[in-house]
Amino acid sequence: MNTPWYKRVAEGLTRTREELTGQLNVLVGRGPDVDEGFWEELEDALIGADMGVPAVTEITDRLRASAARERLTDSHAVLELLTDEIAEELALASGDVFELSPVTVLVVGVNGTGKTTTIAKLANELQVRGRSVLLGSADTYRAAADEQLQVWAGRVGVPIVSRERGADPAAVAFDAIRRAREEDFDVTLVDTAGRLHTSRELMGELAKISRIVKRESLAPVRTLLVMDATTGQNGITQARQFDQALGVDGIVLTKLDGTAKGGVCVAIARELGLPIVRVGVGEALDDLKPFDPGDFARALTGAA
Amino acid sequence: MFDNLSDRLQGVMKKLTGRGRLSEAAVDAAMREVRLALREADVNFRVVKDFVARVRERAVGSDVMSSLTPGQAVVRVVHEELADLMGSTDSRLVLSSRMPAVVMLVGLQGSGKTTAAAKLANHLRKEGRRPLLIACDVYRPAAVDQLQTLGKELDIPVYAGEPGGDPVGIAQAGVKEAVGAARDVAIVDTAGRLHVDDALMDEARRIRDAVRPDQLLLVVDAMTGQDAVGVAEAFQERVDFDGVIITKLDGDARGGAALSVRAVTGKPIKFAGVGEKLDALEVFHPDRMARRILGMGDVLTLIEKAEEVFEEEQAEELEEKLKKSQFTLDDFLVQLGQLKKMGSMEQVLSMMPGAGGKALKGADVDEGALTRTEAIIQSMTLQERAKPSVINGSRRERIATGAGVSVYDVNQLLKQFAQVKKMLKQFATPGKKGRRMPRMPGGELPF
Ligand SMILES: Nc1nc2c(ncn2[C@@H]2O[C@H](COP(=O)(O)OP(=O)(O)O)[C@@H](O)[C@H]2O)c(=O)[nH]1
Ligand SMILES: [Mg+2]
Repeated sequence: MNTPWYKRVAEGLTRTREELTGQLNVLVGRGPDVDEGFWEELEDALIGADMGVPAVTEITDRLRASAARERLTDSHAVLELLTDEIAEELALASGDVFELSPVTVLVVGVNGTGKTTTIAKLANELQVRGRSVLLGSADTYRAAADEQLQVWAGRVGVPIVSRERGADPAAVAFDAIRRAREEDFDVTLVDTAGRLHTSRELMGELAKISRIVKRESLAPVRTLLVMDATTGQNGITQARQFDQALGVDGIVLTKLDGTAKGGVCVAIARELGLPIVRVGVGEALDDLKPFDPGDFARALTGAA
Repeated sequence: MFDNLSDRLQGVMKKLTGRGRLSEAAVDAAMREVRLALREADVNFRVVKDFVARVRERAVGSDVMSSLTPGQAVVRVVHEELADLMGSTDSRLVLSSRMPAVVMLVGLQGSGKTTAAAKLANHLRKEGRRPLLIACDVYRPAAVDQLQTLGKELDIPVYAGEPGGDPVGIAQAGVKEAVGAARDVAIVDTAGRLHVDDALMDEARRIRDAVRPDQLLLVVDAMTGQDAVGVAEAFQERVDFDGVIITKLDGDARGGAALSVRAVTGKPIKFAGVGEKLDALEVFHPDRMARRILGMGDVLTLIEKAEEVFEEEQAEELEEKLKKSQFTLDDFLVQLGQLKKMGSMEQVLSMMPGAGGKALKGADVDEGALTRTEAIIQSMTLQERAKPSVINGSRRERIATGAGVSVYDVNQLLKQFAQVKKMLKQFATPGKKGRRMPRMPGGELPF
């Protein structure tokens, strides 16, 4: 697997291109002229990538102005410009989450986005980089969630702290932090149960977990929101609510190995300034990659 | 930004219509709003295009053009077309009489298949069936464990193969097991798979061919964006399916994916997952989904819920009062008591138009406030209750002292009362039978 992930993503795009009409390739294939039809298709394509109406309108308006100013008549040149613009929007300082050591990382998100798998991948990455890693299994709600993380812990070869199903997740987090403190782990990764951001009760529970982790951890605490690339405009609300409830430091965007482009993250970057820190491109341990704004923007716009 | 398409259209119409008549320019402006609303709700852009074209055609038709309230008429056309496209309410699973009947679930990773399988088993048992669950996700760690745990919770047997075993063989053996154990329906849970993963899509087809399901259901996350179309088309082409379960509808996603999937595959949406509990599976209501996508709130659910609790007479009385704008603080007091019976205020308000009860933002609705509200109203004179406009500054002070709250609380209540009055008006519609109907008689819409 030596192809860079964005190439694989781009290949994914190629496959859908054959299935879907009206995508960005049509732009490339429709000839070099920048006319009204071009702008319309461009807008459709960006909407099709889940970037959302406000972001798309704003970006294409800006692009139209630049194209007119710079007398760009070639669609390839406009696509290049667009790619650069999107990359710029996404080039937020992604902070120090994986440079810090020691560090405690709280992993949160809605149900099924890939939190547990991401934790396994992160544990793997950090261990390969020489850090000692401890897992906290604080999803005490979903059936067999702990068993799932146990299996991963076994595969990666890292210790895990857990309690019985139904236990207080904050207590598991507490146990994990204490053990990390006592045994001097470099990195503590705390898994949490998936929850809809609309549930006041569950968001309150999460805020409590976060408070306890921040109170008990000697190491700095970072919170990562795991988001599924297939998510539509609801992703913005998700990010906002999680950020408001406990403060989010970065996003892990998963399932980019499919055909979804994760464009909602552009809107999230614009509105909330939350950086993408890693991308998930498969179900295996090494399917977690650093985020590169340029690559991502290229995969999104289909520019070569 | 307005959340409510209805408001938006009224606004556009006001600007563009002379004395209630619709010009083509007005229809175009309205269609831009419709397009925007659908896009914001994550309906696939291709589907939006087709849809808007169809609605436009109907909207420029004569009945709308001559309508006195063109804004509402356009909303109704949009809503009708949308509800139509969403399909009819028919969540029954057509199962054959063979032993066992087989239901198979497929979908992307994390869409909620395993939970849906357990919920479905629970649902079918309530209908008098004897289900067996079959765990065929041999890939994701502890997926089998998960289904087994859920089965135990429900006291429904689960057939599981070895982790790493062959899913096709497991499915077959599971069905055989159902026969032996006299279970009359087998529900096959499968691993999550990407629609572009050739090997796994092929595997899904082989499982299908081995167990020949009566119903093959695609499980789709309500939060899915534009990708839903490609996913649904690929699953249809590669394994085909009979219907859809839409999950996580208890969140605040507008759920345009439901419409997209339905539009491109023509397959009905059968059920909606509305919570993590195993009984949180609902019959799918196309009409409500249409309203939700349009951002008009789940008014019908609210009304139905209200009807379960409100005595018919009281409801009628309330309706009368609303019509005559005589709804008083005393009535409010009675209604608050009823609301208490209906469940948490938050739950009720979240169903009101304006996404998540946003319309009541600022009006704190915790249950403690309910008790406080009662105390405040009880401290008012009868005249004050009937005609809140007489409550001036000094009266406010007296009421606050009487109820043991601050003047601020009294002000809040009066504000809240005005808002609720406005809202209640929105769903008081003519004819008590009509309230249950998806389409409103007399050209009036319940919002
Ligand atoms: N294709 C793909 N699947 C993923 C990725 N990340 C997670 N998954 C799968 O998504 C499903 C849900 O993941 P899980 O970690 O259990 O989600 P959680 O509920 O958020 O903890 C599992 O089947 C994972 O294998 C990814 O990057 N690509
Ligand atoms: Mg998990």
